[in-house]
Amino acid sequence: MKGLFKRDLALAIRAGGGFGLGLAFFLIVTILVPFGVGPNTATLSIIAPGVLWIGALLACLLSLDRVFQVDWEDGSLDLLATSPLPLENVAAAKALAHWVTTGLPLVVAAPILGLLLNLPMPGYLWLMLSLALGTPALSAIGTFGAALTVGVKRGGLLLSLLVLPLYVPTLIFGALVVTRGAAGLDATTPLALLAGITLATLAGLPFAAAAALRVNLR
Amino acid sequence: MQLHTEIQVPPHDVHIFGPPQPEAEPFPHPQLSATGEAMHVSVTNLACARGGLQVLAGVQFAVSSGQALVLKGPNGSGKTTLLRTLAGLTPPLSGQIETAPDAIAYAGHADGLKAQLTTAENLRFWAEVFGTSGIAEAVDAFDLHELLDRRAGELSAGQKRRLSLARLLVTGRLVWCLDEPTVSLDAENTARFARAVEAHLTGGGSAIIATHIDLGLSRSETLDITPFVAKSLPSEDPFSDEAFA
Repeated sequence: MKGLFKRDLALAIRAGGGFGLGLAFFLIVTILVPFGVGPNTATLSIIAPGVLWIGALLACLLSLDRVFQVDWEDGSLDLLATSPLPLENVAAAKALAHWVTTGLPLVVAAPILGLLLNLPMPGYLWLMLSLALGTPALSAIGTFGAALTVGVKRGGLLLSLLVLPLYVPTLIFGALVVTRGAAGLDATTPLALLAGITLATLAGLPFAAAAALRVNLR
Repeated sequence: MQLHTEIQVPPHDVHIFGPPQPEAEPFPHPQLSATGEAMHVSVTNLACARGGLQVLAGVQFAVSSGQALVLKGPNGSGKTTLLRTLAGLTPPLSGQIETAPDAIAYAGHADGLKAQLTTAENLRFWAEVFGTSGIAEAVDAFDLHELLDRRAGELSAGQKRRLSLARLLVTGRLVWCLDEPTVSLDAENTARFARAVEAHLTGGGSAIIATHIDLGLSRSETLDITPFVAKSLPSEDPFSDEAFA
Protein backbone atom coordinates (compact mmCIF):
# COMPACT_ATOMS: atom_id res chain seq x y z
CA MET A 1 0.00 0.00 0.00
CA LYS A 2 2.92 2.29 0.81
CA GLY A 3 4.46 1.36 -2.52
CA LEU A 4 1.32 2.31 -4.44
CA PHE A 5 1.05 5.60 -2.55
CA LYS A 6 4.68 6.46 -3.31
CA ARG A 7 4.26 5.49 -6.97
CA ASP A 8 1.17 7.66 -7.34
CA LEU A 9 2.97 10.61 -5.76
CA ALA A 10 5.92 10.14 -8.13
CA LEU A 11 3.57 9.90 -11.12
CA ALA A 12 1.70 13.03 -10.08
CA ILE A 13 4.86 15.07 -9.65
CA ARG A 14 6.54 13.97 -12.91
CA ALA A 15 5.74 15.49 -16.27
CA GLY A 16 2.14 15.05 -17.33
CA GLY A 17 1.05 13.97 -13.86
CA GLY A 18 -1.15 16.97 -13.28
CA PHE A 19 0.32 18.03 -9.95
CA GLY A 20 -0.32 21.72 -9.40
CA LEU A 21 -3.14 21.75 -11.93
CA GLY A 22 -5.79 21.83 -9.21
CA LEU A 23 -3.86 24.48 -7.32
CA ALA A 24 -3.54 26.70 -10.39
CA PHE A 25 -7.25 26.25 -11.10
CA PHE A 26 -8.12 27.24 -7.50
CA LEU A 27 -5.93 30.30 -7.87
CA ILE A 28 -7.52 31.43 -11.13
CA VAL A 29 -11.12 30.86 -10.02
CA THR A 30 -10.55 32.84 -6.84
CA ILE A 31 -8.81 35.66 -8.69
CA LEU A 32 -11.64 35.86 -11.23
CA VAL A 33 -14.30 36.40 -8.57
CA PRO A 34 -13.33 40.00 -7.65
CA PHE A 35 -13.35 40.84 -11.36
CA GLY A 36 -16.89 39.57 -11.66
CA VAL A 37 -18.28 40.81 -8.35
CA GLY A 38 -16.49 44.14 -8.26
CA PRO A 39 -13.89 45.49 -5.86
CA ASN A 40 -16.30 46.29 -3.02
CA THR A 41 -14.39 44.87 -0.04
CA ALA A 42 -17.51 44.49 2.11
CA THR A 43 -19.20 42.32 -0.52
CA LEU A 44 -16.04 40.27 -1.02
CA SER A 45 -15.73 39.65 2.74
CA ILE A 46 -19.24 38.22 2.80
CA ILE A 47 -18.80 35.86 -0.14
CA ALA A 48 -15.16 34.90 0.55
CA PRO A 49 -15.87 31.71 2.59
CA GLY A 50 -18.27 30.34 0.01
CA VAL A 51 -16.05 31.23 -2.95
CA LEU A 52 -12.97 29.69 -1.36
CA TRP A 53 -14.80 26.47 -0.55
CA ILE A 54 -16.42 26.17 -3.99
CA GLY A 55 -13.04 26.88 -5.60
CA ALA A 56 -11.40 24.14 -3.52
CA LEU A 57 -14.19 21.74 -4.40
CA LEU A 58 -13.88 22.33 -8.14
CA ALA A 59 -10.09 22.13 -7.97
CA CYS A 60 -10.40 18.69 -6.31
CA LEU A 61 -12.75 17.56 -9.06
CA LEU A 62 -10.28 18.45 -11.79
CA SER A 63 -7.83 15.60 -11.21
CA LEU A 64 -10.32 12.94 -10.14
CA ASP A 65 -10.78 11.27 -13.51
CA ARG A 66 -7.08 10.35 -13.49
CA VAL A 67 -7.34 8.42 -10.21
CA PHE A 68 -8.22 5.04 -11.77
CA GLN A 69 -8.64 5.81 -15.47
CA VAL A 70 -4.94 5.86 -16.35
CA ASP A 71 -4.29 2.61 -14.48
CA TRP A 72 -7.30 1.06 -16.19
CA GLU A 73 -6.14 2.11 -19.65
CA ASP A 74 -2.56 0.83 -19.33
CA GLY A 75 -3.63 -2.44 -17.70
CA SER A 76 -2.02 -1.89 -14.32
CA LEU A 77 -5.42 -1.90 -12.59
CA ASP A 78 -5.88 -5.53 -13.69
CA LEU A 79 -2.44 -6.32 -12.32
CA LEU A 80 -3.15 -4.52 -9.05
CA ALA A 81 -6.42 -6.43 -8.73
CA THR A 82 -4.53 -9.73 -9.03
CA SER A 83 -1.79 -8.63 -6.62
CA PRO A 84 -1.76 -9.38 -2.89
CA LEU A 85 -2.97 -5.84 -2.25
CA PRO A 86 -6.73 -5.81 -1.51
CA LEU A 87 -8.66 -3.42 -3.78
CA GLU A 88 -9.86 -1.65 -0.63
CA ASN A 89 -6.24 -0.74 0.10
CA VAL A 90 -5.71 0.27 -3.52
CA ALA A 91 -8.67 2.66 -3.24
CA ALA A 92 -7.45 4.03 0.10
CA ALA A 93 -3.90 4.57 -1.19
CA LYS A 94 -5.25 6.28 -4.29
CA ALA A 95 -7.49 8.57 -2.22
CA LEU A 96 -4.59 9.44 0.07
CA ALA A 97 -2.29 10.20 -2.88
CA HIS A 98 -5.02 12.35 -4.44
CA TRP A 99 -5.43 14.30 -1.22
CA VAL A 100 -1.69 14.86 -0.78
CA THR A 101 -1.28 16.08 -4.37
CA THR A 102 -4.52 18.09 -4.55
CA GLY A 103 -6.16 18.78 -1.17
CA LEU A 104 -3.06 19.54 0.86
CA PRO A 105 -1.72 22.25 -1.51
CA LEU A 106 -5.17 23.87 -1.38
CA VAL A 107 -5.05 24.01 2.42
CA VAL A 108 -1.67 25.72 2.25
CA ALA A 109 -2.63 28.17 -0.53
CA ALA A 110 -6.08 29.10 0.79
CA PRO A 111 -4.98 31.82 3.28
CA ILE A 112 -3.15 33.71 0.51
CA LEU A 113 -6.27 33.63 -1.64
CA GLY A 114 -8.35 34.62 1.39
CA LEU A 115 -6.32 37.82 1.42
CA LEU A 116 -7.35 38.52 -2.18
CA LEU A 117 -11.01 38.16 -1.21
CA ASN A 118 -10.61 40.30 1.90
CA LEU A 119 -11.52 37.47 4.26
CA PRO A 120 -11.90 38.96 7.77
CA MET A 121 -8.93 38.32 10.04
CA PRO A 122 -10.45 35.78 12.47
CA GLY A 123 -11.48 33.60 9.55
CA TYR A 124 -8.00 32.45 8.43
CA LEU A 125 -7.43 29.83 11.10
CA TRP A 126 -10.94 28.44 10.54
CA LEU A 127 -10.39 28.44 6.77
CA MET A 128 -7.27 26.31 7.03
CA LEU A 129 -8.80 24.09 9.70
CA SER A 130 -11.99 23.50 7.73
CA LEU A 131 -10.11 22.75 4.50
CA ALA A 132 -7.68 20.44 6.29
CA LEU A 133 -10.58 18.49 7.82
CA GLY A 134 -12.91 18.71 4.81
CA THR A 135 -10.75 18.06 1.76
CA PRO A 136 -9.96 14.42 2.69
CA ALA A 137 -13.69 13.76 2.31
CA LEU A 138 -13.57 15.32 -1.15
CA SER A 139 -10.77 12.93 -2.14
CA ALA A 140 -12.50 9.90 -0.63
CA ILE A 141 -15.86 10.66 -2.28
CA GLY A 142 -14.08 11.48 -5.53
CA THR A 143 -12.14 8.21 -5.49
CA PHE A 144 -15.43 6.35 -5.11
CA GLY A 145 -16.86 8.29 -8.06
CA ALA A 146 -13.74 7.55 -10.10
CA ALA A 147 -14.11 3.84 -9.30
CA LEU A 148 -17.73 3.92 -10.46
CA THR A 149 -16.90 5.57 -13.78
CA VAL A 150 -13.63 3.76 -14.57
CA GLY A 151 -13.76 2.32 -18.05
CA VAL A 152 -16.37 4.80 -19.24
CA LYS A 153 -15.01 6.67 -22.25
CA ARG A 154 -14.82 10.37 -21.37
CA GLY A 155 -16.20 9.53 -17.96
CA GLY A 156 -14.96 12.83 -16.52
CA LEU A 157 -18.24 14.64 -17.00
CA LEU A 158 -20.28 11.75 -15.65
CA LEU A 159 -17.90 11.67 -12.70
CA SER A 160 -18.55 15.36 -11.97
CA LEU A 161 -22.30 14.83 -12.13
CA LEU A 162 -22.05 11.90 -9.72
CA VAL A 163 -19.63 13.45 -7.30
CA LEU A 164 -20.73 17.09 -7.01
CA PRO A 165 -24.07 16.36 -5.26
CA LEU A 166 -22.19 14.15 -2.81
CA TYR A 167 -19.94 17.10 -1.99
CA VAL A 168 -22.88 19.19 -0.75
CA PRO A 169 -22.72 18.30 2.98
CA THR A 170 -18.99 18.95 3.09
CA LEU A 171 -19.47 22.26 1.28
CA ILE A 172 -22.28 23.39 3.61
CA PHE A 173 -20.43 22.69 6.83
CA GLY A 174 -17.02 23.72 5.49
CA ALA A 175 -18.24 27.11 4.33
CA LEU A 176 -20.28 27.53 7.52
CA VAL A 177 -17.16 27.01 9.63
CA VAL A 178 -15.39 29.83 7.77
CA THR A 179 -18.43 32.14 7.75
CA ARG A 180 -18.95 31.77 11.50
CA GLY A 181 -15.24 31.96 12.19
CA ALA A 182 -14.85 35.10 10.08
CA ALA A 183 -17.76 36.71 11.94
CA GLY A 184 -16.00 36.00 15.24
CA LEU A 185 -18.55 33.37 16.28
CA ASP A 186 -17.89 29.92 17.67
CA ALA A 187 -17.50 27.45 14.75
CA THR A 188 -16.77 24.24 16.62
CA THR A 189 -20.18 22.67 15.93
CA PRO A 190 -20.01 22.81 12.12
CA LEU A 191 -16.33 21.85 12.36
CA ALA A 192 -17.24 18.74 14.36
CA LEU A 193 -19.91 17.85 11.81
CA LEU A 194 -17.44 18.42 8.98
CA ALA A 195 -14.92 16.14 10.68
CA GLY A 196 -17.69 13.59 11.20
CA ILE A 197 -18.54 13.54 7.49
CA THR A 198 -14.85 13.12 6.63
CA LEU A 199 -14.39 10.24 9.07
CA ALA A 200 -17.51 8.50 7.78
CA THR A 201 -16.39 8.77 4.15
CA LEU A 202 -12.86 7.60 5.00
CA ALA A 203 -14.23 4.61 6.87
CA GLY A 204 -16.79 3.52 4.32
CA LEU A 205 -15.96 4.65 0.82
CA PRO A 206 -12.75 2.65 0.17
CA PHE A 207 -14.94 -0.46 0.48
CA ALA A 208 -17.56 0.97 -1.85
CA ALA A 209 -14.85 2.00 -4.32
CA ALA A 210 -13.35 -1.51 -4.23
CA ALA A 211 -16.76 -3.04 -4.90
CA ALA A 212 -17.29 -0.68 -7.84
CA LEU A 213 -13.85 -1.57 -9.21
CA ARG A 214 -14.60 -5.30 -9.01
CA VAL A 215 -17.74 -4.78 -11.07
CA ASN A 216 -15.93 -2.60 -13.61
CA LEU A 217 -13.01 -5.01 -14.04
CA ARG A 218 -15.19 -7.90 -15.17
CA MET B 1 -5.50 -9.98 -2.48
CA GLN B 2 -7.27 -13.19 -1.68
CA LEU B 3 -8.28 -14.67 -4.99
CA HIS B 4 -11.14 -16.99 -5.55
CA THR B 5 -9.52 -20.04 -4.06
CA GLU B 6 -12.61 -22.11 -4.40
CA ILE B 7 -15.71 -20.91 -6.07
CA GLN B 8 -18.77 -22.98 -5.59
CA VAL B 9 -21.78 -21.62 -7.34
CA PRO B 10 -25.04 -23.03 -6.03
CA PRO B 11 -26.81 -25.19 -8.58
CA HIS B 12 -29.74 -22.81 -9.05
CA ASP B 13 -27.34 -20.32 -10.62
CA VAL B 14 -26.59 -22.83 -13.30
CA HIS B 15 -30.23 -23.01 -14.22
CA ILE B 16 -30.44 -19.28 -14.89
CA PHE B 17 -28.62 -19.94 -18.10
CA GLY B 18 -29.60 -23.49 -18.68
CA PRO B 19 -26.82 -24.12 -21.19
CA PRO B 20 -26.48 -27.70 -22.28
CA GLN B 21 -23.88 -28.86 -19.76
CA PRO B 22 -21.74 -31.18 -21.80
CA GLU B 23 -21.08 -33.53 -18.93
CA ALA B 24 -21.29 -36.67 -20.98
CA GLU B 25 -18.98 -35.36 -23.69
CA PRO B 26 -15.44 -36.57 -23.67
CA PHE B 27 -13.09 -33.73 -22.86
CA PRO B 28 -9.68 -33.33 -24.31
CA HIS B 29 -8.67 -33.37 -20.68
CA PRO B 30 -4.98 -33.58 -19.96
CA GLN B 31 -4.52 -35.90 -17.02
CA LEU B 32 -1.74 -33.89 -15.56
CA SER B 33 -2.25 -35.04 -12.02
CA ALA B 34 -1.18 -38.53 -13.02
CA THR B 35 2.44 -37.47 -12.63
CA GLY B 36 1.93 -37.16 -8.90
CA GLU B 37 3.12 -33.56 -8.90
CA ALA B 38 1.44 -30.97 -6.70
CA MET B 39 -1.75 -29.69 -8.28
CA HIS B 40 -1.67 -25.95 -8.92
CA VAL B 41 -4.90 -25.28 -10.74
CA SER B 42 -7.86 -27.55 -11.10
CA VAL B 43 -10.85 -26.43 -13.10
CA THR B 44 -14.09 -28.37 -13.10
CA ASN B 45 -17.04 -27.75 -15.39
CA LEU B 46 -16.31 -24.04 -15.58
CA ALA B 47 -18.57 -21.61 -17.42
CA CYS B 48 -17.24 -18.11 -18.08
CA ALA B 49 -18.92 -14.96 -19.31
CA ARG B 50 -17.73 -11.74 -20.82
CA GLY B 51 -19.90 -8.65 -20.74
CA GLY B 52 -22.78 -10.71 -19.32
CA LEU B 53 -22.73 -13.13 -22.24
CA GLN B 54 -21.67 -16.72 -21.73
CA VAL B 55 -18.55 -17.50 -23.72
CA LEU B 56 -17.34 -20.87 -22.47
CA ALA B 57 -19.08 -23.81 -20.84
CA GLY B 58 -17.90 -27.04 -19.30
CA VAL B 59 -14.20 -26.17 -19.27
CA GLN B 60 -12.23 -28.82 -17.49
CA PHE B 61 -8.50 -29.12 -17.00
CA ALA B 62 -5.82 -29.38 -14.37
CA VAL B 63 -2.31 -28.02 -14.21
CA SER B 64 0.27 -29.26 -11.77
CA SER B 65 3.72 -28.21 -10.72
CA GLY B 66 6.24 -28.08 -13.55
CA GLN B 67 3.67 -28.10 -16.31
CA ALA B 68 2.53 -25.67 -18.92
CA LEU B 69 -0.91 -25.64 -20.48
CA VAL B 70 -1.08 -23.94 -23.85
CA LEU B 71 -4.54 -22.66 -24.72
CA LYS B 72 -5.36 -22.68 -28.40
CA GLY B 73 -8.42 -21.43 -30.17
CA PRO B 74 -9.41 -19.01 -32.88
CA ASN B 75 -9.77 -15.27 -32.19
CA GLY B 76 -12.75 -14.53 -30.01
CA SER B 77 -13.10 -18.09 -28.74
CA GLY B 78 -12.70 -17.03 -25.13
CA LYS B 79 -9.03 -17.49 -24.23
CA THR B 80 -8.80 -14.07 -22.61
CA THR B 81 -12.09 -14.59 -20.78
CA LEU B 82 -10.86 -17.92 -19.43
CA LEU B 83 -7.58 -16.41 -18.24
CA ARG B 84 -9.33 -13.44 -16.61
CA THR B 85 -11.69 -15.84 -14.86
CA LEU B 86 -8.76 -17.92 -13.61
CA ALA B 87 -7.01 -14.77 -12.38
CA GLY B 88 -10.13 -13.87 -10.38
CA LEU B 89 -10.90 -10.71 -12.35
CA THR B 90 -14.20 -12.09 -13.63
CA PRO B 91 -16.37 -14.32 -11.46
CA PRO B 92 -17.26 -17.65 -13.10
CA LEU B 93 -20.88 -18.31 -14.00
CA SER B 94 -20.69 -21.80 -12.63
CA GLY B 95 -18.22 -24.54 -11.91
CA GLN B 96 -15.18 -24.69 -9.74
CA ILE B 97 -11.67 -23.25 -9.84
CA GLU B 98 -9.32 -24.63 -7.24
CA THR B 99 -5.99 -22.93 -6.78
CA ALA B 100 -3.65 -22.33 -3.92
CA PRO B 101 -4.36 -18.89 -2.44
CA ASP B 102 -2.36 -16.09 -4.07
CA ALA B 103 -0.83 -18.46 -6.59
CA ILE B 104 -1.70 -16.77 -9.85
CA ALA B 105 0.26 -14.07 -11.63
CA TYR B 106 -1.72 -12.60 -14.51
CA ALA B 107 -0.33 -10.83 -17.57
CA GLY B 108 -2.83 -9.57 -20.10
CA HIS B 109 -2.67 -7.83 -23.45
CA ALA B 110 -1.79 -4.49 -21.87
CA ASP B 111 1.71 -4.12 -20.51
CA GLY B 112 0.65 -2.38 -17.29
CA LEU B 113 3.71 -0.14 -17.28
CA LYS B 114 3.97 3.44 -16.15
CA ALA B 115 5.45 5.53 -18.94
CA GLN B 116 6.86 8.16 -16.57
CA LEU B 117 8.73 5.62 -14.42
CA THR B 118 12.00 4.01 -15.42
CA THR B 119 12.33 0.28 -16.06
CA ALA B 120 13.93 -0.19 -12.64
CA GLU B 121 11.22 1.84 -10.90
CA ASN B 122 8.47 -0.14 -12.61
CA LEU B 123 10.00 -3.42 -11.41
CA ARG B 124 10.70 -2.08 -7.92
CA PHE B 125 7.06 -1.00 -7.60
CA TRP B 126 5.76 -4.49 -8.35
CA ALA B 127 8.38 -6.04 -6.05
CA GLU B 128 7.08 -3.82 -3.27
CA VAL B 129 3.43 -4.65 -4.00
CA PHE B 130 4.14 -8.39 -4.05
CA GLY B 131 6.61 -8.19 -1.16
CA THR B 132 9.39 -9.89 -3.12
CA SER B 133 12.97 -9.08 -4.08
CA GLY B 134 13.62 -10.97 -7.32
CA ILE B 135 14.41 -7.95 -9.47
CA ALA B 136 17.97 -8.99 -10.40
CA GLU B 137 16.82 -12.38 -11.77
CA ALA B 138 14.06 -10.71 -13.74
CA VAL B 139 16.49 -8.22 -15.26
CA ASP B 140 18.87 -11.07 -16.19
CA ALA B 141 16.17 -13.28 -17.67
CA PHE B 142 14.87 -10.62 -20.04
CA ASP B 143 18.17 -8.80 -20.60
CA LEU B 144 16.98 -5.44 -19.32
CA HIS B 145 20.35 -4.17 -18.02
CA GLU B 146 20.71 -1.55 -20.72
CA LEU B 147 17.19 -0.28 -20.18
CA LEU B 148 17.14 0.05 -16.40
CA ASP B 149 17.40 3.83 -16.29
CA ARG B 150 15.23 4.56 -19.29
CA ARG B 151 11.67 5.64 -18.85
CA ALA B 152 9.19 2.98 -19.89
CA GLY B 153 7.48 5.47 -22.17
CA GLU B 154 10.63 5.65 -24.29
CA LEU B 155 10.93 1.90 -24.81
CA SER B 156 9.94 0.15 -28.01
CA ALA B 157 6.90 -2.12 -28.03
CA GLY B 158 9.08 -5.24 -27.78
CA GLN B 159 11.14 -3.77 -24.94
CA LYS B 160 7.95 -2.85 -23.07
CA ARG B 161 6.75 -6.42 -23.53
CA ARG B 162 10.01 -7.77 -22.07
CA LEU B 163 9.69 -5.47 -19.08
CA SER B 164 6.08 -6.50 -18.62
CA LEU B 165 7.07 -10.19 -18.73
CA ALA B 166 9.96 -9.58 -16.32
CA ARG B 167 7.30 -8.46 -13.84
CA LEU B 168 6.11 -12.09 -13.70
CA LEU B 169 9.43 -13.18 -12.20
CA VAL B 170 9.20 -10.33 -9.69
CA THR B 171 5.78 -11.50 -8.46
CA GLY B 172 7.28 -14.77 -7.26
CA ARG B 173 3.99 -16.54 -7.91
CA LEU B 174 3.57 -20.18 -8.88
CA VAL B 175 1.08 -20.08 -11.71
CA TRP B 176 1.59 -17.74 -14.63
CA CYS B 177 -1.58 -16.92 -16.57
CA LEU B 178 -0.38 -15.32 -19.78
CA ASP B 179 -2.45 -13.85 -22.55
CA GLU B 180 -0.56 -13.67 -25.87
CA PRO B 181 2.78 -13.08 -24.12
CA THR B 182 4.91 -13.06 -27.27
CA VAL B 183 3.11 -10.23 -29.08
CA SER B 184 5.71 -7.78 -30.48
CA LEU B 185 8.66 -9.94 -29.38
CA ASP B 186 11.30 -10.82 -31.99
CA ALA B 187 12.57 -14.38 -32.47
CA GLU B 188 15.49 -13.94 -30.08
CA ASN B 189 13.31 -12.57 -27.30
CA THR B 190 10.60 -15.14 -27.90
CA ALA B 191 13.28 -17.76 -27.27
CA ARG B 192 14.38 -15.83 -24.20
CA PHE B 193 10.78 -15.83 -22.95
CA ALA B 194 10.47 -19.57 -23.63
CA ARG B 195 13.65 -20.14 -21.58
CA ALA B 196 12.19 -18.06 -18.73
CA VAL B 197 9.01 -20.14 -18.77
CA GLU B 198 11.09 -23.32 -18.91
CA ALA B 199 13.13 -22.15 -15.89
CA HIS B 200 9.90 -21.28 -14.06
CA LEU B 201 8.54 -24.78 -14.73
CA THR B 202 11.82 -26.42 -13.68
CA GLY B 203 11.64 -24.41 -10.47
CA GLY B 204 8.29 -26.01 -9.65
CA GLY B 205 6.04 -23.38 -11.13
CA SER B 206 3.40 -23.81 -13.78
CA ALA B 207 1.92 -21.75 -16.57
CA ILE B 208 -1.29 -21.37 -18.54
CA ILE B 209 -0.50 -19.62 -21.79
CA ALA B 210 -2.81 -18.46 -24.54
CA THR B 211 -0.70 -18.22 -27.66
CA HIS B 212 -0.80 -18.86 -31.39
CA ILE B 213 2.87 -19.76 -31.77
CA ASP B 214 4.79 -22.84 -30.73
CA LEU B 215 7.05 -22.01 -27.80
CA GLY B 216 8.79 -25.38 -27.87
CA LEU B 217 8.27 -26.04 -24.17
CA SER B 218 9.34 -29.49 -23.03
CA ARG B 219 6.52 -30.30 -20.64
CA SER B 220 3.52 -28.66 -22.17
CA GLU B 221 0.04 -29.84 -22.96
CA THR B 222 -2.18 -28.15 -25.48
CA LEU B 223 -5.82 -27.49 -24.77
CA ASP B 224 -7.99 -26.47 -27.69
CA ILE B 225 -10.87 -24.54 -26.18
CA THR B 226 -13.02 -24.64 -29.31
CA PRO B 227 -15.16 -27.56 -27.99
CA PHE B 228 -16.04 -25.48 -24.92
CA VAL B 229 -17.29 -22.43 -26.78
CA ALA B 230 -20.85 -21.81 -25.67
CA LYS B 231 -23.57 -21.24 -28.18
CA SER B 232 -24.13 -17.53 -27.75
CA LEU B 233 -27.34 -17.47 -25.81
CA PRO B 234 -29.14 -14.19 -25.38
CA SER B 235 -28.94 -14.07 -21.62
CA GLU B 236 -30.48 -12.19 -18.80
CA ASP B 237 -27.94 -10.11 -16.97
CA PRO B 238 -26.30 -12.78 -14.83
CA PHE B 239 -24.88 -10.21 -12.43
CA SER B 240 -28.03 -8.20 -11.87
CA ASP B 241 -28.54 -9.67 -8.40
CA GLU B 242 -25.03 -8.90 -7.26
CA ALA B 243 -24.08 -5.87 -9.30
CA PHE B 244 -22.73 -4.13 -6.24
CA ALA B 245 -22.00 -7.13 -4.09
